[in-house]
Parts: sequence; structure tokens; C-alpha cells
Amino acid sequence: MNDITLVILIGLGALTLYALFGGADFGGGVWDLLAAGPRRDAQREAIAHAMGPVWETNHVWLIFVIVLMFTCFPAAFAALSVGLYVPLTFVLIGIILRGAAFAFRSQAYHAERHAETWGRLFGIASVIAPFFFGTAVGGLASGTFAWYSPFALTVGVFAVALCAQIAAVFLTLETDGALREDFRARAFAATLAVAAAAVLTPIVAALTAPTTFAALTSHGAPLVIALTALAGLGLFVVLWLKHYALARVLVACETIGILIGWFVAQTGFLIPGMTTPVAAAAPATTLRVFIWLVAIGALFLIPSLLLLFGIFKASRRAR
Amino acid sequence: MGTSLGFHFVFAALGVGLPLLMVIVEGLWLRTADRRYYRLARIWSRAMLVLFAIGAVSGTTLAFELGLLWPVFMRNSGAVIGIPFSIEGFAFFIEAIFVGIYLYGWDRLSPVAHWLCSFPIAIAGALSAASVVSVNAWMNTPAGFRLSQGVIVDVDPWAAIFNPATTTEVLHTTLAAYVFVGFAIAAVYALALLRNPKAGDAALAVRVAMFVALAAIPLQLIAGDLSARFDAHTEPLKLASAEGQFQTQRGAPLRIGGLPDPSAHTTRFALEIPRLLSFLAYDDLDAEVRGVDAFPASDRPPVPAVHLAFDAMVGSGFALLGIALWWALATRLGRHEPNAPLSRALVVSGVLALIAMEAGWLVTEEGRQPWIVVGLWRTSEAVTTSPALDLAFYGFSLLYVLLAATLVWSFGRIAREPVREKPSTASGTKP
Repeated sequence: MNDITLVILIGLGALTLYALFGGADFGGGVWDLLAAGPRRDAQREAIAHAMGPVWETNHVWLIFVIVLMFTCFPAAFAALSVGLYVPLTFVLIGIILRGAAFAFRSQAYHAERHAETWGRLFGIASVIAPFFFGTAVGGLASGTFAWYSPFALTVGVFAVALCAQIAAVFLTLETDGALREDFRARAFAATLAVAAAAVLTPIVAALTAPTTFAALTSHGAPLVIALTALAGLGLFVVLWLKHYALARVLVACETIGILIGWFVAQTGFLIPGMTTPVAAAAPATTLRVFIWLVAIGALFLIPSLLLLFGIFKASRRAR
Repeated sequence: MGTSLGFHFVFAALGVGLPLLMVIVEGLWLRTADRRYYRLARIWSRAMLVLFAIGAVSGTTLAFELGLLWPVFMRNSGAVIGIPFSIEGFAFFIEAIFVGIYLYGWDRLSPVAHWLCSFPIAIAGALSAASVVSVNAWMNTPAGFRLSQGVIVDVDPWAAIFNPATTTEVLHTTLAAYVFVGFAIAAVYALALLRNPKAGDAALAVRVAMFVALAAIPLQLIAGDLSARFDAHTEPLKLASAEGQFQTQRGAPLRIGGLPDPSAHTTRFALEIPRLLSFLAYDDLDAEVRGVDAFPASDRPPVPAVHLAFDAMVGSGFALLGIALWWALATRLGRHEPNAPLSRALVVSGVLALIAMEAGWLVTEEGRQPWIVVGLWRTSEAVTTSPALDLAFYGFSLLYVLLAATLVWSFGRIAREPVREKPSTASGTKP
């Protein structure tokens, strides 16, 4: 395996982890916004409780992906930044506002009114960020940077639904009793929404973006799509059977499948039709040093991550 | 970008310095079982929660902005400076993980285990600051690559990270963070003491913070001297601008204050100490100091801004040393509470420390102009071509101002609210 392939795999891995963990955080915000029913406050508290210690760490995956892009593929990073300037700016505003609102809210528990305002802001920003992420991905996948095209906007909605789904499935394992049933119902609803978006996206592509549609139906993408759909269908079944741990595995598989499907549809381009990884790659020494850095960094990172999740898992079980 | 950076700089400094204070107060609590240290650690821990949330998102913004605002710069130099940024990325990862454990683990870990978790935060914070500063140093003294027809080739990342300016700049900037945090925390609690002389743990907080400040400020003045000597040899134009030295001169004087006038090639109204600049820069009263005029007009930085910022930094630095010594003598290293005049001086010291830090940043940034990377690319060539730049720029600036205001408001709330005491003790077992 050459260094470029290895770096791409590292990037894909980090992106997947961001989609899963960061997506769960965004989705948590979505459910905070949509919290309803007799257990409204308990839902919000469960979300804040699950997110609190880990959301900053989950967020660093994004920084890692950006750093990888500009270190290993500086030319592609520059082109992407200019082309997707508008949606990425909205993503940033969303990320800033939700992080700030989450922290400020946690300090405002004794002032109900403030807490309410910050909570609303946190929820709205949690929708904005993944939506514009989705439009950026849609714009990129169509190779035109047209983040406002019908196809890109559909991908934006898809992204929000996916985040909501991941979060609801994750939260069924973090809660119990009636609260767990709340999130189970939400997981069903979100899985339906994801399924609808998954059907809608290729239809919109076929109608408005024929090149993208062609890419989605070639290069082994159909196989990936079929497997992903299978994971999605399986989710319905295991949620029905209340196999929450298995549901978590399936939602992860589904997300990974969607990301791989996107990558395969890009047919080996970093920017479809414009920039290949080889053309955009940094000099060989930079790639090699970066790979070594990742290897050394992982020695520190993995035990620390396990410690973090271990501590908060153990205390939940004890509760 | 400038606004984001100026803003992020304060955060970064707090992110480097505050964990050190946490290590100290929680350690003191474990050692002495004095509840006051525990309460301080808990209050600072709440401030850190907000601080790190804003720091994390502000850091993400910067990572994006590098691409959004400086795409040409990133395309040209990403392959070189990406490596230190990658190190920073990992350090930030470790920092975020242990911040999560530390802030939410108060009741979940034994006191000693919890205290140990504060060390990775302080170390990773310093490491990430050092690697980012090494990028800035690289922009001053680029190394570790060869330029072939405008494209970077033969990258040597280690030579780039440890470029000539790295050692002095990292030392000076990291110490700046400790100086700033020491005086800033002392200032906040001195203000509390002035308002209410019996303000609970404030005197103790001042003492802890001033110990850090007192240790850091003399080292910082030495590091500053090293930086200036380094500039004399490798960045003579920056030194000449900082000192308002237009003519090349043997036995050059040290100018304090004054207003540089680039059109008249002279610095007016300055207090001049004969030959001192030559001595400080080259250990020789008669050494030749090259002036701004010895360099092409198109390469010169805005001398008045650089000189005034430099004097603001050095002036504040010496004033801080004075205040630190005053505190040490008057309170016998904090054994007594500071009296009102000293408390007022400590409040001023917080402002001075902020001025010194931001002015120092201005010196290195303005002093590098018109270059973004000295000798390679000019700032004007590196800016984005996106039309919405102005709009986005003002939007982000506004957002940052709002964030800063809310943060201060939030700190105010944290300071006013009493700590909810948990019935655990220093020698306590796992709750």
C-alpha cells in the first residue's frame, strides 16, 4: 500500500469517527430542540449528561480531518475552502454557537430564563451545522460546488436525519425505563426519516444531477448502498426486539456504509472531475512524517480515549 | 483572522496557564487538606468548563479560517507547516480528553487520580501552544524546504519545526501565557478584595496566582532579551523597527517612547539612552546597528506601530516586575493580605499583562509585514479571492465580540455563586 492510500484510509477512518461521535452530538442537539411530552426535561438532562464529558473530544475528530487535509492535500484543501466557502462558514457558525450555548447553559441552571434561551440556541445550531455539512458534501459530490442545488439540499436534510438517528439509538443505551422508550420511539421515527431521505436522494440526483446519479450507480456503489440499506432495515427489527447494543452496532455500520458509498461515488477523485489525491498530494516526506506522527499519536490517543469512555461508562453502570 | 487570532490568543494563554494553577491548587488541597484550596479548584474548574468549550470552537474556527481566508498561503505552505499543526492536533486531542475527565470526574475518581488527570492537560496545553508558535516562528525564519518554481520541494519537517526562531519564540510566548494568567487571576481576586476585604478565599487566590506570576516574570524578561538578541542577528529589520532605529549607526541609543516618523526617517520625542541598544543587542557599546533605511522601502513594516507596540510590551513587562516585587516585599510572599494601594496595583497588573501579551503579538506580526512568510510570500498575495470576505470577516468579528462579552458575564456568575460543597475530604475515599 502506498502512502497516499494509507493517508486516505486514515482520513476516512477519522471522518467516520467524526460522523459517528460528532453526529451523535449534533443529533443530541436536535432531540434537545424537539424534546416533548411529560419527560421533556428528563430527556434534555439525559442528553446533556451523555454529551457533557465527551463532546469536546468528539469534536477534535473534525479538527484532525481538517489538519490531515491541509497537511497531506494542501491544493485540494485550498480549492475546497474557496469553492465551499458559504456552506462551510455556516457550519462554523453552527459549531461555534452550539458549543458556546451548551457551555453557557450548563452554567445557567440557576437562571431558568437564560437556560431556556441557551438551550434553544444550542438546538437550532445543532441543526444548522449538520445541514450545511450535508450541503457541502452534496456540492462536492456533484463536482460543481453547487451547495444550493436540489441534490445538495437533499443531502443536507439526509445529514440532519442521520445525526438524529445516531443520537436516538445511542441514547437508548444511556437511559432506562420510560425515558428509554422515549428515545426508542425517536429512533424509529429517525430511521424512517433516514430511509425516506435515502430513497429521495438518488431520485433527486436522477432528475437534477445526472452525472452524480451515474456515479452512484457505478463502481460498486450499488453493492455498498444495498448493504447499507440492509443495515437500516435491520435497525427496525432490532429496535423492535429491544436489542439496543445491536442497534448501536447497526447504526454504526449504516453510517460507515453511507460514507463509503459517498467515497466510491467520487470515483477516486478528491474533488470529482477536478482533483485526484495524487495531483493534490503534499511531497512524499510530508506524507511519511504524517503517517509516523499518527502512529505515535495513536499510542497516546487510544489509551486516553479508552480511559475517558471507560470512566463515564463505569459510573453509568454503577448508577 | 486577526480578530479571531487576537481573541484566540487570550484563550490559548488561559488554556496553557489555568491548568498549571489547577495542578497547584488541587495539589495544595491534597497536601494540606485546606478546604479553601478545594473551593478554588472547584470554582476554577467551572470557569475552565466554559473556557474550554469556547476555546475548542474558536480553535476549530481558526483551523477552518486558515483555508477560508488564506487558501493561497495554505496551498503553498501546508505541506511544511501541516506537521506542527498535526502535533498540535494530537496534543489538543489529549487535552480535550483529560479536560472531559477532569471537569466531570470530580466525584468519579479518587482525589489523587483526579489530581493526576490535571497534569496531561497542563502538559498538552503547553505542547500545543509550542507547536503553533513554531509555525509562527517558521513564518519569521522559514526553513526545512527548497523552493522550485514557486512550489515547495525537499520538505524536511523537523528542520521546519525547529527553525532558527523557534526556541526563543516558544520560550517567550509560553512564558507570556503563565505571566498573563498569574497576573490576570491575581487581578480578578484583588478586585474582589477591594470590594469586600473579607472576601472569603480571595486573598489565598491572589497568593497562589502571584507565586506563578513572580516566578514567571523575571524569566520572561530574560526570554525577551534573548528574543531581541536573536532578532538583532537574524531579523535586523524587525529589531530596527521595534527600536525606531532608522539610520544605521555605531553605538546606537536605546529609545524609550517617542513617535517614529517614517517620512522624516527619524523617531521624535524619544528618551534616548546613549549606546545602550548596541550593548543590549551585541554586548558591545560601539557595535553597529542596522537601521530601517538599510532595507528596501518595499520590505519595511509599519515602523510607528511596531515601535509603539514594542515599547508598550517592554514597559508593561517592567511595570509587572515592579508590582510583583512590591507584592513580594509588602506581603512577605503573601503571608499578609495586600493593602488597598497594592490591591489596586494588582488589578492594574491584570490589564498590563493583557497589554503586554497582545502588544508582543503585534510586534511579531506587524514587524513581519509586508511578508506572510519572510522572503517568500507577501501577505497581499495570500488572501482569499472569495468575494464575501468582508462580510464574513465582520460577521465573525461580531460573533467573537458577543462570545467574549458572554464569557465575561458567565465568569461573573461563576464568581458570585457559592460552590456546592460535597462532603468529601482530602483523604477521602471514592464517593
